[in-house]
Amino acid sequence: MTLESFFAMGGYAFYVWTSYGITFAVLLWNLFAPIVLRKQLLRQLALKQKRGQR
Amino acid sequence: MSFIPAPLSRFFHRTASPPHFYALADKLVPWLTVLFLLLLIPGLYGGLVAAPADYQQGDSYRIIYIHVPAAWMSLFIYVLMAVMGGIALVWRMKLAEVMLISSAPIGAGFTFVALVTGSLWGKPMWGTWWVWDARLTSELILLFLYLGVTSLYGAIEDKRSAARAVSILALVGVVNIPIIHYSVEWWNTLHQGPTVSKMDKPSIHISMLIPLLLMAGAFKLYYAIAVLQSAKLELIKREPSAQWVKSLLENKA
Repeated sequence: MTLESFFAMGGYAFYVWTSYGITFAVLLWNLFAPIVLRKQLLRQLALKQKRGQR
Repeated sequence: MSFIPAPLSRFFHRTASPPHFYALADKLVPWLTVLFLLLLIPGLYGGLVAAPADYQQGDSYRIIYIHVPAAWMSLFIYVLMAVMGGIALVWRMKLAEVMLISSAPIGAGFTFVALVTGSLWGKPMWGTWWVWDARLTSELILLFLYLGVTSLYGAIEDKRSAARAVSILALVGVVNIPIIHYSVEWWNTLHQGPTVSKMDKPSIHISMLIPLLLMAGAFKLYYAIAVLQSAKLELIKREPSAQWVKSLLENKA
């Protein structure tokens, strides 16, 4: 199998690759959004704690 | 928990306490990630490269390797949420509430993926993006249930009462799960019948079945990783001024 035929997906390239693309976008979003939000929240809480100590 | 032996009950309470659970999640995630990749990479290779094209559907059938595992996850996560809801209602266990609410966006994601990839598969095979048949409609209702859980939880200010409300919603909505599962048998639909769960003689070739099972395993592990990340955030959100969060901040600084 050539690389070209792999990407062509027997003429169904649009349907197959759009499906995989959307899937990975959704899964990555659901994985990384809480990580980013947690880091932001921890930073805010740390700032608050510093202010409280003074 | 009177019918559970005391040492076991103690074990549950300790593991379920936020600081223990937070630390446990941190320990588990690297291992889960390795396992996830060990299933995902051969699963994708098997599905997209190694497995032969379908004799009827050509290469379009390769959408099955995400569509079916995503649809399975959409049902699996909802059942888990209903179980968590039951535990939260009966024992008022905080961790069950946190796991329930943390699961909802991930379940919604999988449901969305199942619907969209199904649509992208349906267009070339059935000639239509969407039909209002039993399988598709009940899966769409599942998406609304997931979104309903998240928005109901967000709408109620007091998080303990919010958790009670979503627990009840999760339990009531579980009636939709068997409807989705059996819809292709109970009603005449455009959606094809089960190919894998006919255990005696699955109507799918082994070279196509193995990548499908690998992808299903990979999606399960993805859920475990993602729900732990989401639960860690929710635990801090719930009690931002708790002692364990303070010591967490001191360790980071």
